[in-house]
Amino acid sequence: VAEFITVQTLNGLVYSMLLFVFALGLSTTFGLLRFVNLAHGSFLLLGAYVGMSTLRATNSYALAALAGAGIAGGIGLVLERLFFRKFYRRIDLDQVILSYGLALVFLDIAKMIWGKDIQSLPTPHWLSGGVEIASVTFPIYRLVLIGLGCALFAATWLTVERTRIGALIRASVDDRDMVGGIGFDVRGLFALVFAAGAMLAGLGGVLAGPITSVYPGLDFEILITTLIVVVIGGLGSISGVFWASLLIGITDTFGRALFPDSASFLIFGLMALVLLVRSWGVPEEEIE
Amino acid sequence: MTLSATTNERHREPVENRIDLILGLVIAAGLGLAPLVGVSDFQLSLLLEVMIFAILAMSLNLILGYAGLVSFGHAAFFALGSYAAGVAANKLSPEIWVSLPIGVAIATLIAIPVGWLSIRLSGFYFLMITFAFAQMIYAVVYRWNSVTGGSDGLLIHGPTLLHESVLQSRQALYFFTLACFCLSFLAIQRIITSPFGRVLVGIRENTRRMRALGFNVRNYKLLAFTLAAAFAGLAGFINAQFTLFIAPESAHWTQSGTVLVMVLIGGTRSMVGSIIGAAIVLLLQHWLSSYTEYWSLALGVLFIGLIMWAREGIYGLAARAVVLLRKRAL
Repeated sequence: VAEFITVQTLNGLVYSMLLFVFALGLSTTFGLLRFVNLAHGSFLLLGAYVGMSTLRATNSYALAALAGAGIAGGIGLVLERLFFRKFYRRIDLDQVILSYGLALVFLDIAKMIWGKDIQSLPTPHWLSGGVEIASVTFPIYRLVLIGLGCALFAATWLTVERTRIGALIRASVDDRDMVGGIGFDVRGLFALVFAAGAMLAGLGGVLAGPITSVYPGLDFEILITTLIVVVIGGLGSISGVFWASLLIGITDTFGRALFPDSASFLIFGLMALVLLVRSWGVPEEEIE
Repeated sequence: MTLSATTNERHREPVENRIDLILGLVIAAGLGLAPLVGVSDFQLSLLLEVMIFAILAMSLNLILGYAGLVSFGHAAFFALGSYAAGVAANKLSPEIWVSLPIGVAIATLIAIPVGWLSIRLSGFYFLMITFAFAQMIYAVVYRWNSVTGGSDGLLIHGPTLLHESVLQSRQALYFFTLACFCLSFLAIQRIITSPFGRVLVGIRENTRRMRALGFNVRNYKLLAFTLAAAFAGLAGFINAQFTLFIAPESAHWTQSGTVLVMVLIGGTRSMVGSIIGAAIVLLLQHWLSSYTEYWSLALGVLFIGLIMWAREGIYGLAARAVVLLRKRAL
């Protein structure tokens, strides 16, 4: 029993960290730009595929991660310029349909280039061993992922809370018109934040590859869980997203292990519950 | 102008509603004539499917276009109607007077608690919570092997009436569906032109004002949500009789997304628009999937184009064209 709990907790932590890396971008676009981006999963999928191809060509993980993150960030920037910026002021429904359309397009493009089969991204050989924790051997790679996730949390939290650009981001989450009105380049800031979020998603794809494998459909699968994280975490709050990632990551991992039949029931129920508790007693049109 | 003239003016239906009614009847008449003029069996099946999804799209438009509630889980009620009718047919009795009411009733009954909770939110959060409930329903039908057949889907008995098989031939089912389609169209059209429908539009335009005027906004929303689920359940029932097989994918969120797009393509200000939207999406799907396996790419491009350049849908484009033509005529 102790072993079971240790292993599941560690796996849950790994899953949480991957969710966090991926959710950061989604949450900031949602909090800062008020944009619901269902195409965020495409960044992850493209990042994973590009990383995979780079790895096969160069045999270098550093290059793979760089290429995956770079391409995803680049595509994010282009999409922001071409489509998304025109939709910041439109209603949620329009944003959902636009980004859903884009996600369908990218999914099929990925299928055309990389095929429809499940492909594996090997673990880096220098991280392929295991470590013994409480009488359980656990892969080093996964431990490194947990560390990376925590480091990323610290870095983004410091950026948002302690730097000038972070202050601008927080101010824009509160009132973007005011920030623009006093002379800051809000559009540039939005593009930057959007591209950074896409880049992180692409990086997340490369990091997740050795664990989840890479296949068409991975994008929507992770996107849906991440939407739950973002909704529970609240608008554009870094620590909110972090704790929500932990909650969902661990709940889902234990749920799958203990009640394989009703795991998704659990996390969706959790989201509905959080939404309802948060809004109980407030007229629905006043909920932010 | 006298007082009576102004009140008359006010109580008259907007002219668009009459145009919609006429257009709807023309479409229904066309659909009724189709089997008589030698349409092939394949095309008949396609038209059947269009009618089923037109009912589903109209039911979604009732809450989306008129009450302004963007539900991302509407397919769940469609699937509930299918599954409830299918399970009733297999386990209770395949009599149509048993399975039809059960299908519609289960969809409606489950919509009451789901709607009661969901309408406490609006905008994106309403979308997310309906999505969450739909995913929960999907998880149930996907996993409850002993009742729903789980991921394998559910084969169901053909319907009977007084122990005689009915609706077996394509033609019979076609006319049955046509009847359901016409009745649904007339009923929904009646709902949106009634005082109840006008209140819904008021809520969509300004919820706070309607609340201040003393309307119990949530009751209106809940009733609209439940009515929409009932029609979705009816569509689900017919679909089950059509395919005699229910796949859990019918409850999947992508299905909800597709219905949403059907409504948007037609235009949310008109029920005829939803019918046209359902027809366009289904025909496009069939046509494209016979050419290429990458048809969802084309569908994605269609969504993007729609939302970028034709937000009001076909109906909005047509209305704009009419205005232009009138100007030219003057």
